[in-house]
Amino acid sequence: MTLKFFIFSIFVCLALNAQHKTKQKTILTKNIALIDSGKIVYETYCLPCHQANGMGVPKMNPPLVKTKWVLGDKTILINILLKGLNDPIEIDDEEYFNPMPAHDFLSNGQIAAVLSYVRNNFGNKAESITVQEVKDVRNKK
Amino acid sequence: MKLLFTLLSIGLSVSVLATDFPIKPVKNKLKFDASNGGISLAKGFKALVVHEGVGKARHIDVAPNGDIYVKLSKLESGKGIVALRDADGDGKAEIKNLFGAYRGTGMSIHNGYLYASSDTSVYRYKMTANGLLDDNAKAETIVTGLKLERQHESKPVTLDDDGHLFVTFGAPSNSCQETDRKTGSKGIEPCPIRDNYAGIWQFDANKLNQKQSDGVRYASGIRNAVALEWNKSQKQLYGLQHGRDDLHRLFPDLYTVEQSTEFPSEEFMLIKKGSDFGWPYCYNDHAQNKKVTAPEYGGDGKQVSSRCEAADKPIMAFPAHWAPNDLLFYTGNQFPAKYKNGAFVCFHGSWNRAPLKQAGYFVAFIPMGKDGKPSGNYEVFAENFAGIETVMNPSDAKARPMGLAQSTDGSLYITDSVKGKIWRVMYDK
Repeated sequence: MTLKFFIFSIFVCLALNAQHKTKQKTILTKNIALIDSGKIVYETYCLPCHQANGMGVPKMNPPLVKTKWVLGDKTILINILLKGLNDPIEIDDEEYFNPMPAHDFLSNGQIAAVLSYVRNNFGNKAESITVQEVKDVRNKK
Repeated sequence: MKLLFTLLSIGLSVSVLATDFPIKPVKNKLKFDASNGGISLAKGFKALVVHEGVGKARHIDVAPNGDIYVKLSKLESGKGIVALRDADGDGKAEIKNLFGAYRGTGMSIHNGYLYASSDTSVYRYKMTANGLLDDNAKAETIVTGLKLERQHESKPVTLDDDGHLFVTFGAPSNSCQETDRKTGSKGIEPCPIRDNYAGIWQFDANKLNQKQSDGVRYASGIRNAVALEWNKSQKQLYGLQHGRDDLHRLFPDLYTVEQSTEFPSEEFMLIKKGSDFGWPYCYNDHAQNKKVTAPEYGGDGKQVSSRCEAADKPIMAFPAHWAPNDLLFYTGNQFPAKYKNGAFVCFHGSWNRAPLKQAGYFVAFIPMGKDGKPSGNYEVFAENFAGIETVMNPSDAKARPMGLAQSTDGSLYITDSVKGKIWRVMYDK
């Protein structure tokens, strides 16, 4: 874990250094760093259920690919990580039953990173989620 | 069987002499698929596809007259049971009825009744000698009022010859943590889930509207057993345990990814009245050949608590997460002698072996001795259901073996949970 945090910090530093460049480039670099560190979080905590291709497991763990749950409202998505999900959900006419445990033990940075990764991987394309956005949702309660 | 062949031969000879003699469906009229319907089989066996896809199939049974009944986990046109008939004897079912407006898993023909289960009840339908059940079939409710759970909610059924119905009550939990499936969360002591779940309950097979409290707890400490079967020759109950998930993700300091992929065992269980297989306090480790303390209850992968010392052991252990979803003891005469009274097990296939490659997705044969225990190693009987060399993601599998049944002629039927393809496997001398 320490190593992962270290790597994550490097990405954050890289992102911070990039602020010297143009504003647009800064945002882009920040996103790449965020998404790369999100991959590590994904592989540790999400992949065992949602699988390497993000397609989940039939009847049990829902896919993360091109669904409104992932690509839609940021607050709903952040709350799924913070609070878990205990109701069956239906995606493309298929129901998924396994409960999702709350991942509130992840830092705001880790949650922003993993959600940005998921929203920009497996063929998904959506705006990244910032650390501030996660912080705001967590503090709202 | 020999007599039957003699009779068939006579029938064939007669039909050759008098061509207008109506020929009863015989084996050589069956249309085997050149590729065995996409699966690979043990030497000497062939398969034909009875149906290309009835829906998301679970368990299956075959009536004495050859009619096939399949339970679905997702409704098709609002119905959850498929009745199939091969009217012209080519092996392919061309008549299909749908009935039973509930999804589920259990499907078992016994004493002239078709027993079927939803995730909250068990029903049965009176069968007639030659009638294919349809939407007019009237359901009798045998077990009712069970709570719909979100994990291990299936209610597989099996029946003995003394009027008992056995039902699995899978635990709605992975390992009875304070917060289910949360990294590092401790196990609840004692685990309250064991009061009403994680075991096999026995009911009266002929009494209507029984609640769970009307049943008798037959066995405990079973996280989930989708494969549950009464062995008539042994007069014993058998099942296969789905071992717990995520040793590494939940306890990364104690288990590597590789250990989490291979452990704990999926257990082949001889389930006696009063058996306790130890869930959630213990899990089976097939490398150490013992039940060890679960990490939620203070285990370190090696420690054996007194509870685990006392827990019932499997009669055979398989690598983790293969998902044994049906069990059948072969009683037919069509297959070679070594298969007689042996066990077939459907391994539905893993998901919890990620990020490493998945495993399972095949049907195993286990030779059984007269003592009711395996007499040798398991063999791969039918494989390549997934249709791909390596399964990394379960969603990539084109088919997954789910249910098993035997017909009176000794053919073995296999269902698929993805599209509901149904194979009939026969021995072709």
